[in-house]
Amino acid sequence: MSFLKELRNRELAYALVRKIKEVFPKKPIKICHVCGTHEWTIVHYGLRSLLPDNIELIAGPGCPVCITPALDIDQAAELALEGKTVTVFGDVSRSVGVKYSLEAVRSEGGNVKIVYSILDALKIAKSDKSKEVVFFAVGFETTAPLTALHILRTPPKNFSILSSHRYVPPAVITLYSRGKLEMDGVIAPGHATTISGLKTYEPLAKEHGIPVVASGFEPVDVLMSIIMLVKQISEGKAEVLNQYSRSVTWEGNVKAMQTINRVFELTDAHWRGIGTIEHTGFVLRKEFKDYDARYKYGLKNVNYASEMHPGCRCAEIMLGKIKPTQCPLYMKVCKPSKPVGPCMVSIEGTCRIWATHIAFS
Amino acid sequence: MCLAVPAKVVEKVGNVAKVDFGDNTLREVDVSLVDVSVGQYVLVHAGYAIQVLDEDEALKTIELLSEILSE
Ligand code: SF4
Repeated sequence: MSFLKELRNRELAYALVRKIKEVFPKKPIKICHVCGTHEWTIVHYGLRSLLPDNIELIAGPGCPVCITPALDIDQAAELALEGKTVTVFGDVSRSVGVKYSLEAVRSEGGNVKIVYSILDALKIAKSDKSKEVVFFAVGFETTAPLTALHILRTPPKNFSILSSHRYVPPAVITLYSRGKLEMDGVIAPGHATTISGLKTYEPLAKEHGIPVVASGFEPVDVLMSIIMLVKQISEGKAEVLNQYSRSVTWEGNVKAMQTINRVFELTDAHWRGIGTIEHTGFVLRKEFKDYDARYKYGLKNVNYASEMHPGCRCAEIMLGKIKPTQCPLYMKVCKPSKPVGPCMVSIEGTCRIWATHIAFS
Repeated sequence: MCLAVPAKVVEKVGNVAKVDFGDNTLREVDVSLVDVSVGQYVLVHAGYAIQVLDEDEALKTIELLSEILSE
């Protein structure tokens, strides 16, 4: 994998920037990506400052923690308060619902355990079968096959999952067609698309005329993807291209998608701050309902009037409408050490990525 | 959360492989979601291989890069 060095090569990056300026159409264009790791690369390597002013790079809803509904967080917290052991990823535990964060419940003695993967959660469940263990399953199609794999391996009866897994391609397509996400081209998320396959983004190009490029995560990868989009936009083309062909294929990881589809079905699902999007939520199929914490504990759907902290503008951030610096709470009240909104919690959250880079500069 | 890192498969027994992330330390990874052989590179996400990396395709990307730059 020695080529990885080339993909971080400064001279190559500058040469690409010069090329982008050559092919760049004079009209303003918006390029949207849907992945926290792409945002990290863009901010970390200062790519926005290298590009011509009228190319705007927008960060879409590419952070699983950010879009996890406040209700799911509160229900996971309530399960912990009722005495169940709730297992959760560290960053998810810091996100605040309307009533609770799992971290706060934990510091008050609630039964919350931080895990690295579902495997750790299962180990906890197997170690004491008299205790109910819930795994708070957050993440896109990159993470969902891991959950599915273990559901197929017949977990113990005291184990269940609270699924907030979400599927990205239909979300991007729907948000674009509803006019909620504005863009002239899209960078498909490299690792989520590794699973779903590039074909899942085809409707954007075919039906909506939006060019798509799946991109790797090195700075040269991202700049190459931008040029591949800019060229198409200036020539009036809309194709689905693959810059990250070392990992992404047209069909995706078929084994992983089959594993997901055996265990989950897609349902209309809520994205925090954004609303309900059809066919984007992974829920356990009926045959696995005993592992579904919502069914097992009779959790009810509740509509919150507002699921964001007053003043938090995360909803607009996740749709690329505003930048973190336009939120009045940014770095004043809301900081990585004391996040107010979900976009400041996870390393994939736009506010947090921006905040940690200010701190270093 | 979608972070994934390349690693080389050094050993494989059933669905468990020992991989090297380039630091000469072997770590166990679940390879149930991919069809991989010893010597290949996988992309590892949270302890699970989610893809076998295609080295030929990686070289093609580098070729594409020089094409773009020389156009
Ligand atoms: S800075 Fe904090 S409060 Fe403002 S939008 Fe971001 S997460 Fe929300």
